[in-house]
Amino acid sequence: MKIHIPTPLRVYTDKQDTVGVEASTVGQALDALTAKHPDLKKHLYSEEGKLRAFVNVYLNDEDIRYLPEKEATKVNGNDALSIIPSIAGGC
Amino acid sequence: MATILEHPAALPQLSNDEIGRYSRHLLLPEVGLEGQQKLKAAKVLCVGTGGLGSPLVLYLAAAGVGTLGLVDFDTVDSSNLQRQIIHSTADVGRPKIDSAAEKLKALNPYLNVVKHETMLTSANALEIIRDYDIVADGTDNFPTRYLVNDACVLTGKPNAYGSIFRFEGQASVFATKEGPCYRCLYPEPPPPGLVPSCAEGGVLGILPGLVGVIQATEVIKFILGKGEPLIGRLLLVDSLNMHFRELKLRKNPDCPVCGKNPTVTKLIDYDQFCGIVPQAAPAQIQNGISQISPIELKRRLDAGEDLFVLDVREPHEYQIANLGAKLIPLGDLPARVNELNSSREIVVHCKSGGRSQKAAEFLAQSGFKKLHNLAGGINAWSTEVDPKVAKY
Repeated sequence: MKIHIPTPLRVYTDKQDTVGVEASTVGQALDALTAKHPDLKKHLYSEEGKLRAFVNVYLNDEDIRYLPEKEATKVNGNDALSIIPSIAGGC
Repeated sequence: MATILEHPAALPQLSNDEIGRYSRHLLLPEVGLEGQQKLKAAKVLCVGTGGLGSPLVLYLAAAGVGTLGLVDFDTVDSSNLQRQIIHSTADVGRPKIDSAAEKLKALNPYLNVVKHETMLTSANALEIIRDYDIVADGTDNFPTRYLVNDACVLTGKPNAYGSIFRFEGQASVFATKEGPCYRCLYPEPPPPGLVPSCAEGGVLGILPGLVGVIQATEVIKFILGKGEPLIGRLLLVDSLNMHFRELKLRKNPDCPVCGKNPTVTKLIDYDQFCGIVPQAAPAQIQNGISQISPIELKRRLDAGEDLFVLDVREPHEYQIANLGAKLIPLGDLPARVNELNSSREIVVHCKSGGRSQKAAEFLAQSGFKKLHNLAGGINAWSTEVDPKVAKY
């Protein structure tokens, strides 16, 4: 499945804007992503292993925080994860 | 529509001249005479008259919004003119609020402009926002965005939100009664320095134009009470690939500001919330790294001292201006650290001192002992040592 990487984090994925991973749940997909690109881990996860609150993960167009199974939600090859960080520019 | 603006019992009349001016609005069934009167009665606060603010206020003035409050304390700089289209070359050096107000009155003399030439802070935000019906957030930093959000929730005013970064933008409407607020989406700001500002990361000039007009559209729809607002929806704009996507936003029942049991019931210290520590004076040492000024670096180089200068910017920046230093972009440094000799005294520089500080901290952790960060970067070098070096 595809994971869309936002601009501020592409510096940690060799500038790729999409990373392909094999996974059967959201959590596994994110683990596969950070295994491929370890520098990404500390920007996505806190030291306690929780997803950081300024980074949102969407499965297709739904925020995973609001899915009943959250990171355990099953995914297939047609699904896409998007990492949506907060940006503040306006000037 | 979940949210409706309460209109005054008697809407303001329009003169024949105004009817002629707004003819193209009046011809739309969704606007009509009554809609145009609603626009005239409306009071919109625009925080920021820069990238997002410029197109936003211009289109609101053109549309016939009756009162526009402008919040800005900045002055026009020539680097603004690539995208802040309300300002002109003749305005460089002037307060943005004066430049903006002048253009808006020239576009629409029926407009009432209220200038708030101040930084929006926890001390003044509630008082300023209370007089308006809706707020459009055109600011450029995380502390102010959280401040605007919280103030809007506390005063019950919707927040037409837009933000940009390089080629990408976001837009939504926050802080309505039934809808989410900014904190429902992002409960926590990123650590300072993780997301570069437009000055550090660059921004495609047209991007605030796209996103600012989306914000203006949402403001107008709110006033008219027509169409589907971006409440509970996050619009993502990718201008490079010209993709528009929409994600669902949910109101967080546990949100500390707009949830069922709010814990934030007054405005807080937003700099502290965002981890920004006030810097009293430029420190000689930051996070264990010695800071060197451009003048001091020049002195030492002229004296023939054996300093190795490392530039951690990107190749396209090097092409604009450089000090002839060795270039290893920050992102490549971990892989190329063995190109550096740790027995030498190294001065690291970038554009304005942020990335080079990170690079120096990384090198220190990798065992390098003699390191300096060029405070203010090549831009400060241009200001203080050699104006022939282009500033960008």
